Amino acid sequence: MRIVVAVKYVPDINGPRGFEDCRVVRDPESGTLNELDENAVEAALRLVESLPDDEREASEVVALTVAPADADIALRKAYQMGVDRGIRVTDDALAGSDYFGTTAALAAAVRRLEAEAPVDLVITGMAALDGLGSVVPALLAAELGRPQLTLAKRLELDAAAGLLRVTRETDDATEVLEAPLPAVLSVSDTANRPRFPNFKLIMAARSKPVEAWSAADLGLDPAAVGTAGARTTTTVAEPRPPRPEVELVVDKGQGGTALAEFLIRNELV
Amino acid sequence: MTNRTILVLLDPATEVRSSTLELFTIARSLGRVEAVTLEAPTIDVLAQLGAYGVETVHQAELSAAVVPGAGGGDAEHDARHLTSVVAATLAAAVRRTDADVVLAPATFAAKEAAAVAAYQLGAGLVIDAAGVSEDDQGRIVGTKRVFAGSWDTASVVTTDVAVLTVRANAVVPSPAPSSVSTIVEGLTVEVDPPSVRVVSRTVKERVAGRPSLEEAAVVVAGGRGTDGDFGPVDDLADALGAAVGATRDAVFEGWFDQYVGQTGVTVAPRLYIGAGISGAPHHRGGMQASQVIVAVNSDPEAPIFEICDFAVVGDLADVLPQAAAAIRAHRGE
Repeated sequence: MRIVVAVKYVPDINGPRGFEDCRVVRDPESGTLNELDENAVEAALRLVESLPDDEREASEVVALTVAPADADIALRKAYQMGVDRGIRVTDDALAGSDYFGTTAALAAAVRRLEAEAPVDLVITGMAALDGLGSVVPALLAAELGRPQLTLAKRLELDAAAGLLRVTRETDDATEVLEAPLPAVLSVSDTANRPRFPNFKLIMAARSKPVEAWSAADLGLDPAAVGTAGARTTTTVAEPRPPRPEVELVVDKGQGGTALAEFLIRNELV
Repeated sequence: MTNRTILVLLDPATEVRSSTLELFTIARSLGRVEAVTLEAPTIDVLAQLGAYGVETVHQAELSAAVVPGAGGGDAEHDARHLTSVVAATLAAAVRRTDADVVLAPATFAAKEAAAVAAYQLGAGLVIDAAGVSEDDQGRIVGTKRVFAGSWDTASVVTTDVAVLTVRANAVVPSPAPSSVSTIVEGLTVEVDPPSVRVVSRTVKERVAGRPSLEEAAVVVAGGRGTDGDFGPVDDLADALGAAVGATRDAVFEGWFDQYVGQTGVTVAPRLYIGAGISGAPHHRGGMQASQVIVAVNSDPEAPIFEICDFAVVGDLADVLPQAAAAIRAHRGE
């Protein structure tokens, strides 16, 4: 089985986050693998580990990202978890890509990998913690012309039949969906608990190579991606004013009444 | 602006949620309002659409491959809500009506469908807008609150068609100055038989008498500090007519079924009250855009106190019932 995990390099949610010239500041000091992509890497590794020995040995898990070179931090983390190969698509022409530009680059890289050997599954996390759009998995499925199984919280692979079954929660319903491979899968943050890298893998990850591909390598039209191809332009990005000082009450038997009075005073009741 | 057509996704069509009424309200400020559905709207729904100025409803006509037992007989395997089907329906409706703008709610399902429709239409896409307006050139602008409510952004759509998903509580829903009589028209949708099979689909029941978490104007949420007893949280929520939520930890513990957080439900109500919640980044990312934030926590060092407007250091089991009683007394109940 051959699996591509699409991962993203994002600003750490525990660190300072912001914009400069309407672009997200990506500082290597606080950049990290999107936490939700760890669930995607974990799902890929577990699917491979569930296979019989011979198939497992013939399997490959590829971590793929579209980003500047700093994103090797994210690929390194994927290597530490146990992926076999890391690929970064990097090109100035891709800067400023919208959802569609990012999707086009990811899909082109998947197609190039398919030219080597079939790709059975593309897996992503449920969202990237910077933009929180959650739409790239569905767009990738549309662009690659593959069935989409998104937001999975449970997976069942029937390797012999080439079928993947997922359970997922939407806002309205609990659904069990099934699709033939090759497919595009996104996993929720409740799908699994990502493993902690062991010492051996951490050491090995240091010397693992990252392959860098350009837009030209993938046959991408520079006019269709990046700022040139974007269908939206961010024109304003400004920090919110800080909240006014908190009004703090220590409960000595009157805390609930004080809370109610605050709500009434502010016409919130 | 008056000649613009705005399509609003109405899925399901058996009820109109307040988030959808908000979409109609926004749509009226941009132009003519029409709706798209995947099933027959009920009489009550049609009356509400009329009151909100929706002139036409385009109801998808789907093949038996999509809707087994046509007529809605087989809800268990109903494939009409799959992304590919909803997206094809939205795209067909835009082509049919020559619409300029598509508005959809900010649920995961609607976001995916809106995105794939935009992909098929070559349209610009804004996800989770907190507001929709137009610039001086008449182009559609989506404003967003990002990075856990700490930054505001505005994005201009530069294509002819704009597709936006809009967060609940973006505007106050208001009916049209005069109601219209809404017409239902069939919409032919060419869609390949889905490659995804719906093995089962179980619609979630909503708690009667309580607003849903996604669109409530007031939210009361409980965390680890409840120790699993949501009684005081429910009590205060009932007094306020609020929705109830939880933290991801509380859901993992099995204390509640729906959590507020950047990967759970993202809320931006008028009032958010967090009880026994420390305020981890994951949770803050799902509620920090709330207008007024109140916290009750026994730990004076809880990080949530850094982002709130009013805080009580105390035991939620004492504070919440007292607050609920005082609110009921104020209302003369």
